[in-house]
Amino acid sequence: MTSLPLDWLQSDRRRLRVDQSAIGDRVYEFLTALCALVVPALVVAIAVAIFAAAWPAFARLGLSIVTTSDWDVRGGHFGAAPALFGTLVSSAVALIIATPLAIGVAIFLSEFSPSWLRQPVGFLVDLLAAIPSVVYGLWGIFVLIPMLRQQVMPFLRDGLHLGATPFFSGPAYGPSMLAAGLILAVMALPYISAVSREVLMAVPRSQREAALALGATRWETIRDAVVPYAKSGIIGGIMLGLGRALGETMAVTMVIGNRPEISASLFAPGYTMASLIANEFSEATNDLHVSALMAVGAVLFVITLIVNAVARWLVWRVSRVRAR
Amino acid sequence: MIGLTYLAAILATLPLVLILVHLIAKGASSLSLAFFTHMPRPVGESGGGMANAIVGTLILIGVASLIGLPIGIGAGLHLAEKRTTPLAYTVRFLSDVLNGLPSIVIGISAWEFLVRPVGHFSALAGGVALGTMMVPLVTRTTEEMLLVVPTSLREAALALGYPKWRTSIAVVLRTALAGIATGALVAVARIAGETAPLLFTAIGNQFWSTSLREPIAALPLQIFAYATGPYDEWHRLAWAGALVLITIILIISIAARFATRSRFGAPVD
Amino acid sequence: MTAPAVQPPESSIAVDKAKPCIVTRDLSAYFGDTAAVRNVSITIPQQAVTAIIGPSGCGKSTLLRCLNRMHETVPGARVEGSVEILGSAIYGDGTNPIAVRRHVGMVFQRPTPFPTMSIRANVAAGLRIAAKKGEISGSTDEIVEEALRRAGLWEEVKDRLSESATAISGGQQQRLCIARALATRPRVILLDEPTASLDPLSTQKVEELVYDLRKTVTVVIVTHNMQQAARISDCTAFLLAGELIEFDSTRELFTAPKDSQTEAYVTGRFG
Repeated sequence: MTSLPLDWLQSDRRRLRVDQSAIGDRVYEFLTALCALVVPALVVAIAVAIFAAAWPAFARLGLSIVTTSDWDVRGGHFGAAPALFGTLVSSAVALIIATPLAIGVAIFLSEFSPSWLRQPVGFLVDLLAAIPSVVYGLWGIFVLIPMLRQQVMPFLRDGLHLGATPFFSGPAYGPSMLAAGLILAVMALPYISAVSREVLMAVPRSQREAALALGATRWETIRDAVVPYAKSGIIGGIMLGLGRALGETMAVTMVIGNRPEISASLFAPGYTMASLIANEFSEATNDLHVSALMAVGAVLFVITLIVNAVARWLVWRVSRVRAR
Repeated sequence: MIGLTYLAAILATLPLVLILVHLIAKGASSLSLAFFTHMPRPVGESGGGMANAIVGTLILIGVASLIGLPIGIGAGLHLAEKRTTPLAYTVRFLSDVLNGLPSIVIGISAWEFLVRPVGHFSALAGGVALGTMMVPLVTRTTEEMLLVVPTSLREAALALGYPKWRTSIAVVLRTALAGIATGALVAVARIAGETAPLLFTAIGNQFWSTSLREPIAALPLQIFAYATGPYDEWHRLAWAGALVLITIILIISIAARFATRSRFGAPVD
Repeated sequence: MTAPAVQPPESSIAVDKAKPCIVTRDLSAYFGDTAAVRNVSITIPQQAVTAIIGPSGCGKSTLLRCLNRMHETVPGARVEGSVEILGSAIYGDGTNPIAVRRHVGMVFQRPTPFPTMSIRANVAAGLRIAAKKGEISGSTDEIVEEALRRAGLWEEVKDRLSESATAISGGQQQRLCIARALATRPRVILLDEPTASLDPLSTQKVEELVYDLRKTVTVVIVTHNMQQAARISDCTAFLLAGELIEFDSTRELFTAPKDSQTEAYVTGRFG
């Protein structure tokens, strides 16, 4: 062991004053900060690109893009109200079907499932999110739609006599708002159930035990103590699923029928904003047409942005409570 | 009521089972070696394959990963180290926003930046669109995985005289690598089947092309085109393509599960 | 290894006569606006074991972390006053904290082996950085062996050097961390409650090791265990609410404390 010279730091300091490690730290921090900045830059770039490209259409047509129904490329009329209507209705149908199922699965997985079933069922539900949109569409065209046309739609209309209501009337073509809603329900389900499961698992034991100690049954405990506690997180999960459904493109385009009409019947074909863009964008030749489609994209951007922001806020609120 | 939750579990897993059964039943009968090695045939001729689309999808995944992985990992490192700065909060929120944006919106903005100015579609534009979708996914999983690494490891490295950057890369990032690899695989699986961002960027190609400056074929695009076309032969190929695509994605997803399980099992405290 | 320049001190040395190693003057350490250490002036002798004791939250770990500039790695933390180690001001102008940490080893409460590295790579982890600068002579294998021998771990792991560092027991991991700190041949080694997470047998091994280390390095050990301080240290500092209450040879401090608070603490009346 050699003894250290008295000026041990002195000699080091000379060597290390402009040390590469200090430069290394600076380079490293600069590079990672740069990477982090890419995220906001991408969001801003996307927003700017779409709103700039949509501007001519908004300037010329104003809000008539979302309030009128006449979409006539040659005549220069671009009213996308049916697509907006279809986006909202198909997503609403999807949520009506998916929400009870997703919450049911989440409660099953967090409360009742035998432990050997928990992993595989959870994995299968998660896998629903991994299936590509275009595969859902393919399955929709060749399996779901024939089934709807031949069995489900006649049964709903005539078997259950729901044909008397405007929602289930009219001829059963197959491609329809109902088909889109069903496919979207399957696609939104894993998102809703994943978030719900997480927030349900996060409910403190004390909540459950307090209810059980009062003599509540297991089901009453869940209904009165667990679910209310997790409510805003579950709503956040539903909003996340809604965000997915609103922006979903391929599967919907393949099964909704792509007809720009507003109809009360779920049996009728419809259109969504995303499928309108998907169908027409590559064929749009004149500038106003491109701009109008960009305007539709801008509306979609704003709607999904708001829905997602609210969803994140709700989920964040629950996780913040948990962190305290 | 408890029975209802069982019913919900069955109903929720039913679509997956149905889809997989149909995929295997309809896809497997159309699969052959030619599907992987041959090019698409003209309309009316039977046979042919999707060799170009399979290669195209791999190229697009490659380009997307080259963009999404380094940026996402870099951003994740920044978020994990600067937990509470205004920039960190902004980045975290906006990466959730970016993650929630409809993929078709990302597709048309990629068109605006990379196709419109040059006047032609390209594989590069498609790869950038997919890479954009990867960034938020990789960013958030990287951050999560880095936060699992105990602070004591970071301190031990600093106390040995490691500069900060070496501590972050050689110790913290290295320790979290298996988890980050899982996140990366999940992100790849997620974008591998994306169609909407490619519609107006990579657009598809009936011919063999590996150039980034030319339009390129991709499995999802080919499935879409064949599924919505009028010919039975096309429909058969679409099912076969879907089976191949889902197999690729399932393999990646399952690999991701095992990557975490087998290599992250070295608890430190 | 040449013979140490200073002979091991007697177990009860006169603090003021020993050669100084670490000298702090008016050292204060803050987390934001809160002072965790206040105006500590202490002269820690060379090649001896100095224990820092005190009730939990008294700032003893913070004081230790000021001695190798680890305190400032916590966001919002800062240090005032001066610290000299072997005549060099470690908070001096333009002094690189990384240079300081290379010469002042540190071991933490819980074992912190790098889980992705082998046993050998763990010991050599600090070398990789220092060796590039030509500060350390000898081949890596030689240095690894020397460090493991000094940490009393060589016989136990010599046949499994390339196994993962997480494959050995907690006590062995902690001695591995000591070996890792010793490999760069520091003049000072700081131990932050090194036995807090160990079983009695492993604790005993680490204590014996610390006792031996004083022949070659200056050891500063933070401990909440007074018996441990009494067993292995030459000098003891008693800290209360961030202030240095008393510093003396261990025997003096435990048998004839000059301060009533020290007396209350060492006789177990509080803390």
